[in-house]
Amino acid sequence: MANKSKKVSLDRRRFLVAATSVTGAIGATALGVPFVSSMLPSEKAKAAGASVQVDVSQVALGEVLTTEWRGQPVWILNRSDEMIKSLKSNPKKLADPNLNVSSQQPKYCQNKTRSIKPNILVIVGICTHLGCAPSPRLSPKGDMGENWEGGFFCPCHGSKFDLAGRVFKGSPAPTNLVVPPHKYLDENIIILGEDTKEKA
Amino acid sequence: MAKKIDSQDSAGFIGWIDERFPLSSFIKNHLTEYYAPKNFNFWYLFGALALFVFVMQILTGIFLTMHYKPDAAQAFASVEYIMRDVSFGWLIRYMHSTGSSLFFVVIYLHMFKSLMYGSYQKPRELLWIFGVAIFLALMAEAFFGYLLPWGQMSYWGAQVIVNLFATVPFIGPDLAEWVRGDYLISDATLNRFFAFHVIALPLALAGLILTHLIALHEVGSNNPDGVEIKNYKDKKTGIPLDGIPFHPYYTVKDLIGLTVFLIVFASIIFFAPEMGGYFLEANNFVPADPLVTPSHIAPVWYFTPFYSILRAVPPILNSQFPGVAAMGLSVLIFAFVPWLDKSPVRSIRYKGILYKKWLGAFVVSFIILGYLGTVPSTIWGQFPMILPLLGGSDVATVVARIFTIIYFSFFILMPIYSKKSITKPVPTRVTMK
Repeated sequence: MANKSKKVSLDRRRFLVAATSVTGAIGATALGVPFVSSMLPSEKAKAAGASVQVDVSQVALGEVLTTEWRGQPVWILNRSDEMIKSLKSNPKKLADPNLNVSSQQPKYCQNKTRSIKPNILVIVGICTHLGCAPSPRLSPKGDMGENWEGGFFCPCHGSKFDLAGRVFKGSPAPTNLVVPPHKYLDENIIILGEDTKEKA
Repeated sequence: MAKKIDSQDSAGFIGWIDERFPLSSFIKNHLTEYYAPKNFNFWYLFGALALFVFVMQILTGIFLTMHYKPDAAQAFASVEYIMRDVSFGWLIRYMHSTGSSLFFVVIYLHMFKSLMYGSYQKPRELLWIFGVAIFLALMAEAFFGYLLPWGQMSYWGAQVIVNLFATVPFIGPDLAEWVRGDYLISDATLNRFFAFHVIALPLALAGLILTHLIALHEVGSNNPDGVEIKNYKDKKTGIPLDGIPFHPYYTVKDLIGLTVFLIVFASIIFFAPEMGGYFLEANNFVPADPLVTPSHIAPVWYFTPFYSILRAVPPILNSQFPGVAAMGLSVLIFAFVPWLDKSPVRSIRYKGILYKKWLGAFVVSFIILGYLGTVPSTIWGQFPMILPLLGGSDVATVVARIFTIIYFSFFILMPIYSKKSITKPVPTRVTMK
């Protein structure tokens, strides 16, 4: 009797150990869900990330306005005719002149000026390399060297972008700057974070 | 039972305790009758010093927590409050900030000692791996702590590092959002980093240090000759012939080391707490501003070798991930050293000139990468346009790439050169040179 019951009880024991471990592991994993999700953006943070209205008529010609959307700097640049002209001159120097990486702008900005209205550029002022804030170097030459035609320069790792936020070859940044979803409510009022075709 | 004999050794109060708790036997096993090789040189001080700094960081940290406010609106001001209004707050904070830098100094020297004397070789692989884990936890601890003063460098440093997670293919952006708890580094991020810095990682570190010490006392210390002292024991007592009790011999030696260390420590605290911007960066005296990036972002010096590697790797297929992966690998690769080293001998004293050259090249590349990580990549200008291939690229970036290759070659080629390197005969007993 002793021998037989020993064998049976060993099998049972193994089964019980496995069953207990699996049940415990499932329980522990389930318990992990609330803890992991507690670290996601809270409802308050999500609400603060809603859309923002900007009046673009306050931006003078050739000037840039920095506004904030979801805590990110968003530039609104009122480009002069020369500035727009400079966009055509350098496709060979750009990493992605034809906007092949489509995630960097909404469909309606996938054009030569990367904007809805040709002169008004709306762009997130965060470097696509590691999230620094580049600084506008709008005027040609200056401390950026003889060949500079105006654009944006990221001081962290030296990425350079043109006046449509397209990245120059040889920059550490892999892609063009991001054009955020936006739309015009009327002639001059932009709403950031909302558009008609795509959801923000 | 054997326990009975133990309790006979000590009578009175200690005897009473020993019958209920292994006090005397613990002291014997780990101090008075723990035999360490008699030929330790000064390189063997840094483990004990690291333990000392750890305790110091915990102590000063507790007192800083009494006054610090983990709130984006108040954090910066509360640090200034500690510096100006809390009695000796400045001293406690400078001890903590200097302590973090010196923690890395002693850890790097401690790691270098192991690389020199082969202290990771069989049977000390796990001891070494626990050590690598401590190093990783320490880097995380330092990173989380650096956000807390909520200065410009805190903010943008965290921004850069958290965005590293965003480069992970597919899940990256969601992962970064989860780490931040917001769409940007914010109050939510500060609060959780505070939680990680003051409780999660210190606990993990304490546990890892304990396992590191348990593993050390299981296998015994290596020594500058890399010979096993357990091979030659006194036939009667079983004590290694080349071993001496840790206490009092090495406790006294460590005390001397500690004294020198404290002189350095105090000199920095009192005369150069910012260390010319290397221990506390100038930009961090400006409150965090999500809309303005400092003109030059650099991590604290102890991260810069790895940061240089990150910057050196160019984006591949429009992705930053290869650089991030290289940086991660540059740290994790240490864990594989016990299996990469194929040398039949442990210590650099007998490993031969080839290994020495490689270790030297590694140290040089570590230092140069460390320097390059503190400066903008444009520091040395650009190669002239007429040069083929190199034309127009930053000189410093190219140099960083070369040393990144040397850094990784030290590890990847180790199985080849450690085997090839002509070794010298190893003595059977330790030497006292």
